[in-house]
Amino acid sequence: MSTDSQNTPHTASVLEFKSSTFSVPVLVLSNNDLKAIEQQLQQKIQLAPEFFKNSPIVFDLQELNKQEVEIDITSLANVIRKSGLVPIGIRGGNEEQIQTALALQIPVYSIHNSLSSDTPKQKKNVPLTASEQKIENSTTLITQPIRSGQRIYAAGDLIVMAQVSAGAEIMAEGNIHIYNTLRGRALAGVQGNPDARIFCFDLQAELISIAGNYKISEDINDSTRNRPVQIYLQEHTLFIKDIREH
Amino acid sequence: MARIIVVTSGKGGVGKTTTSAAIAMGLAKKGHKTAVIDFDVGLRNLDLIMGCERRVVYDFVNVINGEATLNQALIKDKHCDKLFILPASQTRDKDALTQEGVGKVLDDLSKDFKYIVCDSPAGIEKGAHLAMYFADDAFVVTNPEVSSVRDSDRMLGLLSSKSRRAEQNEEPIKEYLLLSRYAPDRVKLGDMLSVDDVQDILSLHLLGVIPESKSVLTASNSGVPVILDEKSDAGQAYADIVSRYLGEERPHRFIDEKKGLFGKLFGGK
Ligand SMILES: Nc1ncnc2c1ncn2[C@@H]1O[C@H](COP(=O)(O)OP(=O)(O)O)[C@@H](O)[C@H]1O
Ligand SMILES: [Mg+2]
Repeated sequence: MSTDSQNTPHTASVLEFKSSTFSVPVLVLSNNDLKAIEQQLQQKIQLAPEFFKNSPIVFDLQELNKQEVEIDITSLANVIRKSGLVPIGIRGGNEEQIQTALALQIPVYSIHNSLSSDTPKQKKNVPLTASEQKIENSTTLITQPIRSGQRIYAAGDLIVMAQVSAGAEIMAEGNIHIYNTLRGRALAGVQGNPDARIFCFDLQAELISIAGNYKISEDINDSTRNRPVQIYLQEHTLFIKDIREH
Repeated sequence: MARIIVVTSGKGGVGKTTTSAAIAMGLAKKGHKTAVIDFDVGLRNLDLIMGCERRVVYDFVNVINGEATLNQALIKDKHCDKLFILPASQTRDKDALTQEGVGKVLDDLSKDFKYIVCDSPAGIEKGAHLAMYFADDAFVVTNPEVSSVRDSDRMLGLLSSKSRRAEQNEEPIKEYLLLSRYAPDRVKLGDMLSVDDVQDILSLHLLGVIPESKSVLTASNSGVPVILDEKSDAGQAYADIVSRYLGEERPHRFIDEKKGLFGKLFGGK
């Protein structure tokens, strides 16, 4: 059997590349004292030992390098491993640190890891006033209208209490909830999550999209227009359903 | 401390300068010392509408560059001694205005004036940005048509993110909607958006509706802000707006169709 399979080419594919996003804790260091780091890591881990057991972790050296404080990457990686964590990435390192990390087979992440290069700039356009707050870690809440020309990017779920104007664009890696009128563009699951959904009170959107599957205004059926709807993906097809149907 | 009002819109030709002249005059007539500044460098016309174009010696840019003092550049209005105009320069290019320079002039004016009205140029570029950057209140002038409403929406986004108040995390700029050049009969025909349509799209506090009116052109041609034409509908609309802004209750007018002679006789709508 095993010899056969070497000769006959496989017709059915045995592998597939899929894009997924994971959330990984980032360890931001502000001091190079390895003893102190080890001690404080232990304290943190003891708060939730199950959660941290073998947890992957990215360490971030941006702050240290800003202060021009040196740190020995090999020893740091050892301290992290000793604490039961698995270092899977370095971020904000200088050239030398990056080389050392690569030699230890630790991959390098850029500071704006999962965001496309122009997204952080767009995010800055958005007012970061008291009305925009993080609920827990993964939900962004917006209570002010999102106006034409504004763009919002949420790394998790996005909840919008006010209207989203035509010409505005909101994006979330998770779900989008709009408790108001959606006239602009809403893109959920932008990092490829097909289970993300969009919920909105009044659908008048220019475009809706889940994990890259989109519908433009023209394709949105009149029967779902101006209504409270939920939008979800099934077999690469977008469904728009009255929010009261299940 | 003065209250700084920006009259803005995004789109050109919607009535910003007409509005700036009218409300500045209205506030001054109510006894508040008011300055109105033309930010439209290169296209100045506030001085024409205020009827002081022949008395311009120095302008806004001269003051910023230290070539003249504020007192030398401010022109006292001929109808109301509480009103002063700071004209724009017609000859200089737009880069003459700097954020630092504008901030300094507004600071100096603030010591002496109750209200400072900033007449914004069209667009969302530097001039418009500087006009709104230091504002406390924004009068967003919109015409009842889709493109004007869209531009106003865009401007509202900038007000809430690119202003001094936004950048310093202070209480946001207070935004008011002024729906201008409104023609109820054309709304009825479906040529224009209605007040409700516009409010639905912008969800903004309506300070007033200014009807499309011949009196506006007559007023600008004679260099007298239309608010001084107390018999005119547009003049009355602006007077209402100033009163509402100052906290007085005024029912909205000029939203419904004027009854013609036929309508008056038969009482129908
Ligand atoms: N309510 C109105 N009724 C009729 N014409 C108006 C009205 N408001 C403004 N206008 C006219 O529209 C034109 C543009 O007005 P202006 O105030 O200069 O606009 P902006 O400053 O926004 O460019 C002018 O010719 C003006 O007379
Ligand atoms: Mg103008």
